[in-house]
Amino acid sequence: MIEDFLLRAALGAIGLALVAGPVGCFVVWRRMAYFGDSLAHSALLGIALGFLLGIDPTLGVAATAIVVALLMAGLQLRGRLAGDTLLGILAHGGLAFGLIAIGLTQGLRADLFAYLFGDVLAIGARDLAWIWIGGGAALLGLALIWRPLLALTVHEELARAEGKQVALAKLAYLLLIALVVAVAMKIVGVLLVTALLIIPAAAARALARSPEGMAVLAALMGVIAVLLGLAASWWLDTPSGPTIVAAATIVFFATAIVSGLPSALRR
Amino acid sequence: MHRAEASLIAAEGVSLALGGRAILDGINLSVHSGEIVTLIGPNGAGKTSLVRVLLGLVPPDRGRVLRKPGLRVGYVPQRMDRDPVLPLDADRFLALAGRTSAERRRAALEEVGAGHVARQPFHALSGGELQRVLLARALLCDPDLLVLDEPVRGVDVGGQIALYDLVDKIRKTRRCGVLMVSHDLHLVMAATDQVICLNTHICCAGRPETVTRHPEYRALFGTAAERLAVYVHHHDHAHALAGEVLPIGDAGTHPHEHR
Repeated sequence: MIEDFLLRAALGAIGLALVAGPVGCFVVWRRMAYFGDSLAHSALLGIALGFLLGIDPTLGVAATAIVVALLMAGLQLRGRLAGDTLLGILAHGGLAFGLIAIGLTQGLRADLFAYLFGDVLAIGARDLAWIWIGGGAALLGLALIWRPLLALTVHEELARAEGKQVALAKLAYLLLIALVVAVAMKIVGVLLVTALLIIPAAAARALARSPEGMAVLAALMGVIAVLLGLAASWWLDTPSGPTIVAAATIVFFATAIVSGLPSALRR
Repeated sequence: MHRAEASLIAAEGVSLALGGRAILDGINLSVHSGEIVTLIGPNGAGKTSLVRVLLGLVPPDRGRVLRKPGLRVGYVPQRMDRDPVLPLDADRFLALAGRTSAERRRAALEEVGAGHVARQPFHALSGGELQRVLLARALLCDPDLLVLDEPVRGVDVGGQIALYDLVDKIRKTRRCGVLMVSHDLHLVMAATDQVICLNTHICCAGRPETVTRHPEYRALFGTAAERLAVYVHHHDHAHALAGEVLPIGDAGTHPHEHR
């Protein structure tokens, strides 16, 4: 029968895919892929922080990601440097400091590979609880800000002129991404977190007719990708995080080809 | 400009500077119910900044904006970047305005003559269709005042006339005030009650002439010219190259007309 750790891995990965899809749609719509990357890279510092403070690493990562997200939002308002330059500084600076901190911390160094690329087969009941509770909170939060966030994604000034709570929705969304990054790290690692945000959402675009439809499809595509990836990783004995992302990439190209077929055949 | 009835919105001595540069300087204006006010001026004159101050999106550095209590404003922004990555049809775009019924959205689209685009992708609408859909979204809030920032942008001349006619019709049927921005000094809709010429400060304001005699203009628009107006007016001052106001008669300047 299915081994316990495999079941936990599958449940964790499904939980992540269900939240990463809808949250990732806004990453794709708002062109924030690099933002997600920067957040994830700098969050590596949170692992060392969590270890040093004796708190759960997921909590450490969530806290670091939230601080970095707020920092980036604040810095972008100042506006002397371009947004992607600032993100690049925080991403690589955070990654470098995080790697140093982990290197200096006894007891973490051996696990570096797992933090960078994830180790879904090693997640425990506690991690699973983090994923489902954290992910559930993120989905609930997204549902609450869905309307103003969508309106400001289409046109921010128009949404403001209509009296929508634009600043609040933007801030809440940054926190949501931080939460998803923290939750995703165990599964795909900091270097591949953004992949689970953007690839299923991008795959869903080809088949979606409405924003809500795209969010649901992205969650579905993500679930298919993580299950395919887990199975492949198990049978091929390949690292789980990269295999999940590879599976998502294959799903993306498959939907692109399938959705392109009808128009190609009509010609 | 001064009327017994209260204005819908009024600016009193509004000034705004960005990065040390004056964008708006001592602007006074007001819009009343059923009135069309057109704001014209060259690029960089501060038209859109003034609109943003009036909408409450930017606080003025000096002066104040007075709104009729409970004023509902429908806004058509100048730029609308559309991205095909967001699957959105025109009807769903209208639904972003807030909680509206499908019936009201259909009625708004019909009112602007765009009922046929409801199910079409928002990002693929033509320039004229887009402006009509934006107008429909502005109408969904049941506005007392419409603020239209270059509502004929990206529309060919025939379409521009149709859009101006539509704005005039809406003004008449809904009895709302309209504040419209145009960067085109030559084309100002004939139905405009008041034209305000802006270049950081208000250069001049008044009623537009309804007919033009300019042969080039007639040649270009033919009979359509009668439905458009060129606003012919004299300036009592001129602008030096840097934009500062000079009294007419100073060296290097001369009285001029905008045609």
